[in-house]
Amino acid sequence: MVKLEKKDLLGLRDLSREEIQLILDTSVPMKDVIGRDIKKVPTLRGKAMVTVFYEPSTRTRTSFEIAGKYLSADTVNLAVASSSVQKGESLKDTIKTIEVMGFDLMVMRHAMSGTPHYVARNTNMRVINAGDGANEHPTQALLDMYSIYEKKGTLEGLKVAIVGDILHSRVARSNIYGLSKFGCEIRVAGPSTLIPPGLENLGVKTYYSLEQALRGVDVINVLRIQKERQASGLFPSMDEYANLYMLGPEKLKIAGDEVLVLHPGPINRGVEISGELADSSQAYINEQVTNGVAVRMALLFLMMGGSRDEIAN
Amino acid sequence: MKLLIKGGRVIDPANETNEIRDILIIDGVISEIESEGEIPDCEIIDASGKLVCPGFIDLHVHLREPGFEYKEDIASGSRAAAVGGFTTVCCMPNTNPVIDNLAVATFVKERARKTAVVNVLPIGAISKKQAGEELSEIADLVAAGCVAISDDGRPVSRANIMRNALEYAKMFALPVLSHCEELSLSQGGLMHEGYYSTIYGMKGIPAASEEIMIARDIILAELTGAHLHICHASTRGAVEQIRNAKARGLSISCEVTPHHLTLTDEMVGTYDADTKVYPPLRSQDDIQALIDGLIDGTIDCIATDHAPHHRESKDCEYELASPGISGLETAVAVIMDRLVGEGILDVEEMVALFTVGPASVLGLAKGDLKPGKTADITILDPDMIKTVNPAEFYSKGKNTPYKGMTFKGWPWLTVVNGRVIARDGQIKDEF
Repeated sequence: MVKLEKKDLLGLRDLSREEIQLILDTSVPMKDVIGRDIKKVPTLRGKAMVTVFYEPSTRTRTSFEIAGKYLSADTVNLAVASSSVQKGESLKDTIKTIEVMGFDLMVMRHAMSGTPHYVARNTNMRVINAGDGANEHPTQALLDMYSIYEKKGTLEGLKVAIVGDILHSRVARSNIYGLSKFGCEIRVAGPSTLIPPGLENLGVKTYYSLEQALRGVDVINVLRIQKERQASGLFPSMDEYANLYMLGPEKLKIAGDEVLVLHPGPINRGVEISGELADSSQAYINEQVTNGVAVRMALLFLMMGGSRDEIAN
Repeated sequence: MKLLIKGGRVIDPANETNEIRDILIIDGVISEIESEGEIPDCEIIDASGKLVCPGFIDLHVHLREPGFEYKEDIASGSRAAAVGGFTTVCCMPNTNPVIDNLAVATFVKERARKTAVVNVLPIGAISKKQAGEELSEIADLVAAGCVAISDDGRPVSRANIMRNALEYAKMFALPVLSHCEELSLSQGGLMHEGYYSTIYGMKGIPAASEEIMIARDIILAELTGAHLHICHASTRGAVEQIRNAKARGLSISCEVTPHHLTLTDEMVGTYDADTKVYPPLRSQDDIQALIDGLIDGTIDCIATDHAPHHRESKDCEYELASPGISGLETAVAVIMDRLVGEGILDVEEMVALFTVGPASVLGLAKGDLKPGKTADITILDPDMIKTVNPAEFYSKGKNTPYKGMTFKGWPWLTVVNGRVIARDGQIKDEF
């Protein structure tokens, strides 16, 4: 049976297709648990995990915490803003302090790329990357893939467009690494200043025209655009961005009725996605959040728990 | 006091020598006499199987003193130089205070006299406090013994200041060492911009940042007729521009570092901050261009840009880490193994890049083994195989991306002013 061999989950770039498939398969029974009246299984009783977020988060942090709780793990959140980090404690010392309290697993988010990798090298705890800089956000991509799988029944051969700020997006990178392992055709669309070099080497097609990018796609993953990118001169105004790249009902018609719209949240209504579309049935944004809990339960289980059969029973 | 280096292969590119012979040193000076018969009261070094070269010169190191002695000081840095095979190093002025006046330059010379085991030649700052606003008192710096001026680490942003520096330095025939970086393009960058910066999700530093400044400085060198030296050239475009400028007859020279010749941006994927350096590790294509530049003479010398850092400045988040590589104790082995061992450079070319190359950039009366010269000699063991272990470094800076790598061909013995200073990776007074 396939197992997650590595100590840590730092990105989808270094996971095999089989490992990703295992996580997605394991997420199915987990989602079932979330739907039950009594949302608790004893699988991870006696295990302890900590979430350490150096960047704001609503979805990811809460979803890791509740995922751990549904599996009966003891979960603690380190409130970075009120921790000794503010007294100048180094990351290395903070991690060591947490480790010696006996945690089995740490979930980390950090604004700087590669920080979870650095932490993972310096601790015996298993580390899950919950987003590092512009590098990777593997659990977001896993929940995106799960959502596509759930809705489309397969990943193989699908055409997926990722729209927006690709340059700074860890969600885009993890999606590209994950989806390309399942034979998806991946397109990115956005202003040329927000497209990084070398994507063609990853088999990704770049479009500057949203309309062209949307032709014939099965899935559109809309990325959040951050206001500070405009301030740093990468594009002229939010209005111009919205004119060119906002996904609304009109542009959606190009892709057809069957298209699935994803957004990692939080959304900027009227900037990268119209409010109308965000609230419509074609957008899967809320279901994505539920799936996020299931996927994270699967990961926590696979990294701290026993065999897959255990959960099925 | 006499010292006889016996039976080694003498490689002295400046004098077109490559032959097995002895070298006799009398009172710190290379003697006319070759050894014949018994020489009384003479220390004899059996150098058979070894390469006996002029003392290696590194014209670009950071010794951190004064101000940052926790990273390195002249005592530790010069010991690192000696075991690394260097007999002369030129230290950059980005200390605290900056070497921008007679007093600080004199202090460095004085500290070197008291604590260094190799020749330490200071480089003065182009501008006061390296702020890029007003010229340093350059005549004073020359009087104190500075061999060049540079604002290394803090590029001179304003073209008129650089113009004035070149113009003024010309009076003293002083080379101006330029760290070429257009900050508005490189700001916030952590690694070379390209495929791997995309893959690793890191802000990139485009080659254009370096090449724009090189273009500017070459134009200013042409305008002023001064001697411009480009520090740590790292891109294909850099080499091409320097090659063209030399072909036009301008007084331009340049250096390249061992790490830019042998390591690529792919390595940054470990997120190990020992790979963080400015200019950043570039692509394989850039390496090829640098090697072409070495072979056709566009590049004048190899310099380490030795940048020791304290452990805490590297053992942290990549973005927060200080840039730089502690290079003095690996440079020669890296080049011996990766370039000479691979047949890219022959031994004479390699030795020239460490000796007559840097000596002619700075106009130093060093870098060859002519009788009458001060006996600065580097002896290499081409067969020695060793694995890089930073814990054994004499440098306080253990920051090297070469850690754990094994190289063949190492410095074996270092003679400074006729005295054996280092042998087999050990400083002599600590034998």
